[in-house]
Parts: sequence; C-alpha cells; structure tokens
Amino acid sequence: MSASLHTVTTLPAQRRPGCPFDPPAELLDARSHGPISRYTHPGGKPGWMITGYDLVRSVLADPRFSSRKDLMNVVDFALPPAPPGEFLLMDEPDHSRYRKPLVGKFTVRRMRLLSERIEQITADCLDAMEKAGPPTDLVTAFAKPIPTIVICEILGVPYEDRASFQEQIDTFMGGEVSDEELIAAYTATQEYLARLVAAKRANPTDDILSELTDSDLTDEELKGISLILLAAGFDTTANMLSLGTYALLRNPEQLAALRADPALTDGAVEELLRYLSVAKTFHRTALEDVELGGQVIEAGTTVVLSYHTANRDPDRFADPHTLDLHRQAAGHLAFSHGIHQCLGQQLARVEMRVAFRALLDRFPTLRLAVPAEEVALRPETADIFGVKSLPVTWDRT
Amino acid sequence: MSAPHLSVDRERCIGAGMCAMTAPEVFDQDPDEGLVLLLHTDPPAPHDTAARMAAGVCPAGAITVHDPRDDSL
Ligand code: SF4
Repeated sequence: MSASLHTVTTLPAQRRPGCPFDPPAELLDARSHGPISRYTHPGGKPGWMITGYDLVRSVLADPRFSSRKDLMNVVDFALPPAPPGEFLLMDEPDHSRYRKPLVGKFTVRRMRLLSERIEQITADCLDAMEKAGPPTDLVTAFAKPIPTIVICEILGVPYEDRASFQEQIDTFMGGEVSDEELIAAYTATQEYLARLVAAKRANPTDDILSELTDSDLTDEELKGISLILLAAGFDTTANMLSLGTYALLRNPEQLAALRADPALTDGAVEELLRYLSVAKTFHRTALEDVELGGQVIEAGTTVVLSYHTANRDPDRFADPHTLDLHRQAAGHLAFSHGIHQCLGQQLARVEMRVAFRALLDRFPTLRLAVPAEEVALRPETADIFGVKSLPVTWDRT
Repeated sequence: MSAPHLSVDRERCIGAGMCAMTAPEVFDQDPDEGLVLLLHTDPPAPHDTAARMAAGVCPAGAITVHDPRDDSL
C-alpha cells in the first residue's frame, strides 16, 4: 500500500477543460493510486485526502472522526467552535440536540405533501419565463427562485426579504469575493436572522421557525439553525437544478430518454446527484490514532473526504464517468452518510423531481443559447459547485 | 428465498428517511419525531429486496437484517 502512496498537493485543483462535470484530474489520478493519499491543507497543515467510496463511507460512519470546527487542524491558529445552532460542525450529543427537533419536520411524508405547492411555485416560474420569451438565464429564472421560495415558505421568511437574502447567501457561498466582503455578507445575514427570530417569537406564524420558538432553544441557537437551513436549502438545490440541466443538455441521448419516460425521473435525480456531487468535499478530524486503508491517521489530523471522486469510484459504480439515468445510483454519497446525512434531502428530491420534469415538459425544444464551452462555471473555491449562469433558448410555439 | 427478519434501533436513527423512501411498504417515519417505524418485521417478496437495500443505505446503521439463511441468528 505505502509503495503506491500518492500525494495530492493543493486544492482547489482545476477541472479539465471540456469535462466540467468530472472531478479535477489530480483527484481522479490520486484515486487510481488508491483510496487514500497524503495531502497538505491550503493552510499548510499536513493531512490526508480520501477519494475511494468505501473509505469515505467508513469515515463518515466512524465516531472516531469528529466534525467539530474547533478541532479542525488545517491552519496555524485554533478555529473557534461552531456558533450555537450550527450543528453541521458539531459532534454528539450537541449535534442531536439541534437536529432532533427538526427531523419530524422533514420526513418523506411531509415533503411529499409539499409537492403540490412546489408544483405551483415551479409553474409560476415557468410562466414568467415563457412570457418573457427566449433567451433567458436559467439560473435567475428557474434554478434559484424555486428553492429560495420553497425554503423561505417552510422557514417563514417573508417573501419581500427574499431578494436581499439570496444575494447575501450567494456572496458568502459563491467563492468569489474577498474575506471582508464575505464577512460583511455573513454578518448581515446573521443580523437579519436575529430580527426574524425575534419577530417569530413575538408573533408566531405557520412555519418551522415559529414552531421551533416553542422548544427550549434560545434565540441565538435558532439563528444558527435557520442559517444552516437557509444556506443548505437554497444553494445546493439551486446548483443541482442549473448544473443538472446543463449536464442533461450536454448529454442529448440521456435528455431524450428522460423526456420520453416520466417514470425515469426519480432515478434520473439520483444519478444526477451522484454524477454532479455539487457538495464536493467535507472534513473530519481524527480523535485518536486510526488505521485507514493501511495508513495510520494520527490523532488530531484532519482528513478531506472527496464525495465527488467517491461517487465516481469504479469499484462502486460501473463506468462511473458516464451519466446514465438508467443506472442504480442509490447509495451515492451526495447527501453524505452517517449521522450528518443531509436533513433536507427529501425536500431536495421533491424539488428536483418536480422542477426538472416541469421544465422539460414545458419547453420541448430547450437548448443552450451559447456554445457549451462558454457556460461560466463557479470557481473551485466555491463550497458548492455549479454554473454562474446558464443561457438557454427555445422555439416559441 | 425466505423473507428477511428486520429490526430497527430508534436510538441510532437520525431520521434521514432513506428507508421510507427506498422501501415505503416496509418502513415509515413517525410524524412527530421523524424516526423510523418498522411496518413489517418479515417483509415477503416483492418487498424484501427493497427492505434489504434500505438497510444498506441507512446512514446511521439503524436497520438490521437477520437473514434466516445466516447461521449466526
Ligand atoms: S434510513 Fe436509517 S436513519 Fe434514516 S430514517 Fe430510516 S432508520 Fe432512520
């Protein structure tokens, strides 16, 4: 094993031109040498990069690996603990204390009940798109508004506040601004959420945030929880919708198959989740010395888990770099695995099933309005991968 | 093939709903807490395959399949 031990030097690595959906070549190369490689974090600290499916999955299920932000060993200074409520960066029992009250609100059943409302929201967006006529940017007309409106309604964010919000979240998740701008956008969102939580406490309405004010969670904690739900509920789904459409338009036979067979929709959503892996990487820190793939990960070392290469592992998925909507993609890691597996995944699924289907049915001649290579992609520094804009056109009927 | 015998551990369940999505005839989530509910402890065909798959994809390892063919039972 150690004879072939491979080293990944830095991230972000560039994706290969012409293969925007594939992981950077350096990571694919690392995986071909074995599931674990030495890695240096951008802050200079030594770590490991895990690129194989089985190993990524096993780390995610292993309580010897921590999600705590303050244990992350990637820069020269100690990181602060996660703010109250931001349970993604916490271990048990803190994680469960925050997650438990939310779980019942995101069940498969509850999300299915929402699908009618999501269909309505989608139809409204498509009406507006049709009325304005081609060409249009699918990101602003379709991919962003649908998940934004949905999560705002679920959480109870007033409709009028949505635009400024979307912009702030875009700013701090888009990977393209200076640290100062990022902090400013983050702070503005925090301040807004603080006001929102206070308003819900004073005048509860019919939404999740109001329901949560009835628990023993403090305002500070509710603010953190809302931030996670908003950021996660909006940015990931928005990028799945736009990048997913782009991937379909670049794979015409797959697109034709999906158009022809509505029963393929659920499977297509799973395959797009696997193939695109918009949440590319996550970190875990070893709490004790752990042997992994023949290497000893020393206590206190932070490993990077590459969901994207794991989902393209040829030992797990045959012909992994082919988008094949008929494949059995269940078991992919796009929503992670283990106790932190995405809380909102059933909502995301319903949104994608409804929105992709409605888009294809409404515009049978939908196509890119620019050459495929000219579609602007988000930089690798963005937490969530995606397109910046997706110019599309269609024939008026 | 005989039906697998299933058990669930609600203490471990994190309510991600993979089971209720993968094998809706066999698993559900309770409406309050969102935690797994086992509807059939011994799901017959055609639901046994989906039930096994649900156990495989459960992120929290909360579903156990006790296979009748497995001597360790
Ligand atoms: S898949 Fe596992 S964790 Fe998710 S609801 Fe079912 S039993 Fe619980």
